[in-house]
Amino acid sequence: MIRGKVTLRLAWRNLWRNHRRTLIMLAAVIVGAWAMIFSTALMRGMVDDMIQDGIRSLPGDVQVHHPDFRDDPSVVNSIAPPTDRLLGVLEQPEVVAWAARVRVPAVVSSERNTRGVTLVGIDPDRERELSFVADDMADGRFLESAEDQGLVVGRKLLERLETDLGKRVVVMSQDEKNEIVDRGFRIVGVFESSMQAREDGFVFAGKATVQRLLRMGNRVSEIAVLGTDYRHVEGLRRRVEEAAGPGVVVQPWTELEPYLASMMGMMDGFVLIWIVVVFLALAFGLVNTLVMAVFERVREIGLMLALGMTPAHIRAQIIAESTLLLALGLAVGDVLAWATIEPLKGGIDLSIVGEGMELWGASAVLYPALRWEDIVLANVVVILLGFIASLSPAWRASRFEPVEAITKV
Amino acid sequence: MPAVRCVDVCKTYRQGELEVKGLDHVSLEVGEGGFVCLSAPSGGGKTTLLNAIGGLHRIDSGEIWLADRRIDGLGKGELASLRLHQIGFVFQAYNLIPVLTARENVEFVMEVQGVPPDQRRARSMEILEEVGLKGLEDRRPAKMSGGQQQRVAVARAIASRPTLVLADEPTANLDSHTAEQLMELFVELNTRHETTFVIATHDQRVMGYARRIVRMLDGRIVDDTEQEAA
Repeated sequence: MIRGKVTLRLAWRNLWRNHRRTLIMLAAVIVGAWAMIFSTALMRGMVDDMIQDGIRSLPGDVQVHHPDFRDDPSVVNSIAPPTDRLLGVLEQPEVVAWAARVRVPAVVSSERNTRGVTLVGIDPDRERELSFVADDMADGRFLESAEDQGLVVGRKLLERLETDLGKRVVVMSQDEKNEIVDRGFRIVGVFESSMQAREDGFVFAGKATVQRLLRMGNRVSEIAVLGTDYRHVEGLRRRVEEAAGPGVVVQPWTELEPYLASMMGMMDGFVLIWIVVVFLALAFGLVNTLVMAVFERVREIGLMLALGMTPAHIRAQIIAESTLLLALGLAVGDVLAWATIEPLKGGIDLSIVGEGMELWGASAVLYPALRWEDIVLANVVVILLGFIASLSPAWRASRFEPVEAITKV
Repeated sequence: MPAVRCVDVCKTYRQGELEVKGLDHVSLEVGEGGFVCLSAPSGGGKTTLLNAIGGLHRIDSGEIWLADRRIDGLGKGELASLRLHQIGFVFQAYNLIPVLTARENVEFVMEVQGVPPDQRRARSMEILEEVGLKGLEDRRPAKMSGGQQQRVAVARAIASRPTLVLADEPTANLDSHTAEQLMELFVELNTRHETTFVIATHDQRVMGYARRIVRMLDGRIVDDTEQEAA
């Protein structure tokens, strides 16, 4: 402990022997730390937005459905509406919103064209908090109740059907006995989405209206549940599963939307790579600084060895110098990154490049997401790699022969 | 038991293509509380012998004993520990740690030894007063004169109460008045604490303070004389 103190004191004072060099290196570490954290927050924000957008495109964080529904999403594979036990869980604070829906394949025909779509029967009040449709209405109105007899379609589908708001279309599907059922709907609303597949593939109607059309009583296709944190849904999934009872499966969004899940995993890997790349750029300066510092102090290091410091002490001192420099730079860089990101939490308007962003599913407003895990990761990786980078100069310093070092001019 | 005992010590250097005999079958004993000057012209072997006694040079053959411990075969870590706990060094060119104050330089060895802070502080203040540097304890070496720096180096060498002080040309960079003060200090410490001093020098003034002068030439001891100290 006492030796630790003298090591730290020497390391700290040696850092400031050459103010200019230390300040330049410190500035590089600060900018590097800031860049790591700031750009990670931007990337996280973009990916969060894409994932949350994907989750809001219907799956929710957790979904309950019939075990065969994913293979055959027909009315045959429907489930009972939420039981009181399940409702008890769904009313807990950990559930932000939930909705029971009917969701079946269907065909929609206008007077000119016919398209295969997914017919979704929704309860608008519940869906408003859970999925994208209510927020993305571009024309007309959103559905008003589960009894609503209107139809909401995507802009793209409207174009493909060559029809228009206010016109009638026919929706055709199959009931439980595999009989064809159909019904005329008037288009009451048009939604737009950042993803073309959504605009093209979904039509929305009142849940009760669709249940009557499909002669399925009060049964539903799925129960979607939105929690508070899409990154940690396993607890919620387990509780919903326990309450839902047998005969259904409860899956997290990562299983329902594996593409989105892989994007999240990829992002975590990318953050690590990004941090390492920025560090490597810093490492050249760091190693150079340490090597210079060692060779400027050959006599002094020789003296310390002659006085009885062990090579391990010398190594510890050089490593401590590197660690102190990095820790100081990281601390300032962290604060700077936080101070830069905090005012931007309301969103950065990227509408100037918005079209390009929307092409791959990101919105035109970017909300930086500063996560403690990323800050900790950046700091730990930099300190750890800094330790490794300083090993070589430290090792060289500890190998000096005291007499030769002391007499070095 | 002698404080230092060298038996038939040989040490050869390479200087480019040439092999130079730094120590050529040197045998020497210094008793506890001895005050010995090693005198030789440049290249005579006095610094090499001093460094070999201090465990700073590996010898090619022979034996070196400090009290009852043979040190020529010890590893780096053991030698470091030996230097830390038993030997005080005074080098020719002050050799202070520039980022530490005078007091911190004096405390340095004790701090590495693990002496508690209050004891260190008391001891360093006492020694600094003894070497005439009271009031300068918070100065860094760059703000001190050569003589003051060398006194700090002496204070550091004796602060931890080593049994042996090895001084290599301690007065080489000092004016005659400061050199005289320093030697008087060595004599006082030698007398009062019975610390053994081995001093490498070719300064006649320094030799005047020694009770024994060992003269060397080309790595060999050519004369070993007891004398009345000044």
